[in-house]
Amino acid sequence: MTEAIPGTRVRLQVNGQPHELDLDNRTTLLDALREHLGLTGAKKGCDHGQCGACTVLADGRRINACLVFAVAAQDVEIQTIEGMSYDGTPHPMQQAFLDRDAFQCGYCTPGQICSAVGMLEEFDQGWPSAVTAGEQPTALEADEVRERMSGNLCRCGAYMNIVPAILDVAVSSARGLTPPGPPAPRSAAPQKPPAGGAAPGSRAVTS
Amino acid sequence: MRAFEFVRADTADAAVRTVAAHPEAKFLGGGTNLVDLMKLGVERPDLLVDVTRLPFGSVDVEPGGTVRIGTNVRNSALAAHPAVRTGLPVLSQALLAGASGQLRNMATVGGNLLQRTRCVYFQDVTKPCNKREPGSGCPARQGVHRNLAILGASEDCLATHPSDLAVALAALDARVAITGPDGNRDIPLAQLHRLPGDHPEQDTTLRHGDLITSITVPPLAFAERSAYRKVRDRASYAFAVASVAAALDVDDGVVRDIRLAFGAVAHKPWRAHAAEEALRGQPATAASFRAAAETELAAAETLRDNGFKVPLIINIIVRTLGDLAGERS
Ligand SMILES: Cc1cc2nc3c(=O)[nH]c(=O)nc-3n(C[C@H](O)[C@H](O)[C@H](O)COP(=O)(O)OP(=O)(O)OC[C@H]3O[C@@H](n4cnc5c(N)ncnc54)[C@H](O)[C@@H]3O)c2cc1C
Ligand code: SF4
Ligand code: FES
Ligand code: FES
Repeated sequence: MTEAIPGTRVRLQVNGQPHELDLDNRTTLLDALREHLGLTGAKKGCDHGQCGACTVLADGRRINACLVFAVAAQDVEIQTIEGMSYDGTPHPMQQAFLDRDAFQCGYCTPGQICSAVGMLEEFDQGWPSAVTAGEQPTALEADEVRERMSGNLCRCGAYMNIVPAILDVAVSSARGLTPPGPPAPRSAAPQKPPAGGAAPGSRAVTS
Repeated sequence: MRAFEFVRADTADAAVRTVAAHPEAKFLGGGTNLVDLMKLGVERPDLLVDVTRLPFGSVDVEPGGTVRIGTNVRNSALAAHPAVRTGLPVLSQALLAGASGQLRNMATVGGNLLQRTRCVYFQDVTKPCNKREPGSGCPARQGVHRNLAILGASEDCLATHPSDLAVALAALDARVAITGPDGNRDIPLAQLHRLPGDHPEQDTTLRHGDLITSITVPPLAFAERSAYRKVRDRASYAFAVASVAAALDVDDGVVRDIRLAFGAVAHKPWRAHAAEEALRGQPATAASFRAAAETELAAAETLRDNGFKVPLIINIIVRTLGDLAGERS
């Protein structure tokens, strides 16, 4: 094995912070976040798009970070669970999960929360679901939440509390009570760097 | 995973030239199938050409009513597009019945059509599989084949094509626009996927370096009366066990015209020409829907564990057409 392993100097924009990493092209976005930037909130459940534990937002849209190569994620704004709270104030979705006790082991929770935030944005834009069929959805109901959140599995089966937590936030934003917290995920406004942003010893360059 | 070089294409021509010049290169769309299969060692490209930034990202209704869908429109955006949602409900419903919110945000049109079978042996490099390793055998015939083909299979392979989108597009007589090493061409979707025959390693008729740039859906007067029905092992986030895409034109209780295609029953989306033919001019009743479905399924060949698909698909045809006929009256 004398051939050099193909790599790329990858520029990632994560939670409002630019990073530069020298990565083997095989590195997924999930591994780049977890192993190179120390952002271990996004979890590796299946590594094959089957569980949603790795869900992050890319330009405000929820995606599975395990199925994207980091090198292909260079010109999008990535938001992880670490970028959800703002100045010590939890994101309303995080608060709702706490209030509703919407987890047991917590492994799926960062993915659930990122997915729920992305999902509400989709709903607000009038995106349909298999449940809504042809009609424009007006109010988010439990069966809608279950369908729209089906990409996030919870091995502990905390769904009974996850669905109400999400509905709490859906209802409060519908009332216009937008609580404090980071701007809507689509706006890529810079935020405070997450605690311990780059792992010590990583080749992260934060400018 | 095999190491690979990565480039992002700026133009379709450059993307095609680059892949054509490298026998083991692949285009990269949303990556939801390719990255998965690379991790499994099933796909082993040495070069990935990212085509997601090419300017094929819009849905346009052309004069005359043809809907042109750029390959880089993500599945979620396509399902939500007004022209699709109200004008081509079968297409919107098929997309929304597939995968998850996250995956639909990533998946592209071309990538969806070219996703590979979910046959468990195909995905397991420690097992023989004629599709992955021509000539190595097909363990599915004796082994796990509950979800495999009942129509058009061969001795060599009984894989099914997993895409929901492709089934809706097959019913709608969609066409596929391709830029290849020899220029541009445009083929019916029905000629994109193939039956396995002696060459199950070939999913499609595309050649190396052929890039899908867009799909066109010609106008169909009764496309608004269309639906997609999918049966799966759980209510969401699962591949089809059987599915039906249908558009129905009923006048005075008589079937004037119909488009019908099935998913998860064959190596390609199965356009049910025999059933369509049998139904034109017939009363729009459950009895004639069932008779037509049985005509199409007469050719079915089943194995130990997939025979249930025959009555299942007949039943969902009857239900789907019954719903569409009811809507009309
Ligand atoms: C857990 C899970 C559940 C799923 N459930 C469903 C389901 O229920 N229904 C369903 O239909 N699908 C389902 N899928 C599959 C998913 O829809 C596909 O993986 C996706 O549509 C592929 O699109 P992509 O852009 O990510 O393709 P990629 O993975 O990027 O590419 C797939 C293939 O297409 C080629 N390619 C990509 N773009 C082009 C182009 N423009 N021209 C030529 N070649 C190209 C690539 O080289 C590759 O060979 C599921 C996937 C997962 C992981
Ligand atoms: S059915 Fe096709 S894909 Fe499955 S093992 Fe047989 S040859 Fe391989
Ligand atoms: S780790 Fe990405 S979906 Fe399971
Ligand atoms: S809380 Fe344990 S997996 Fe969801």
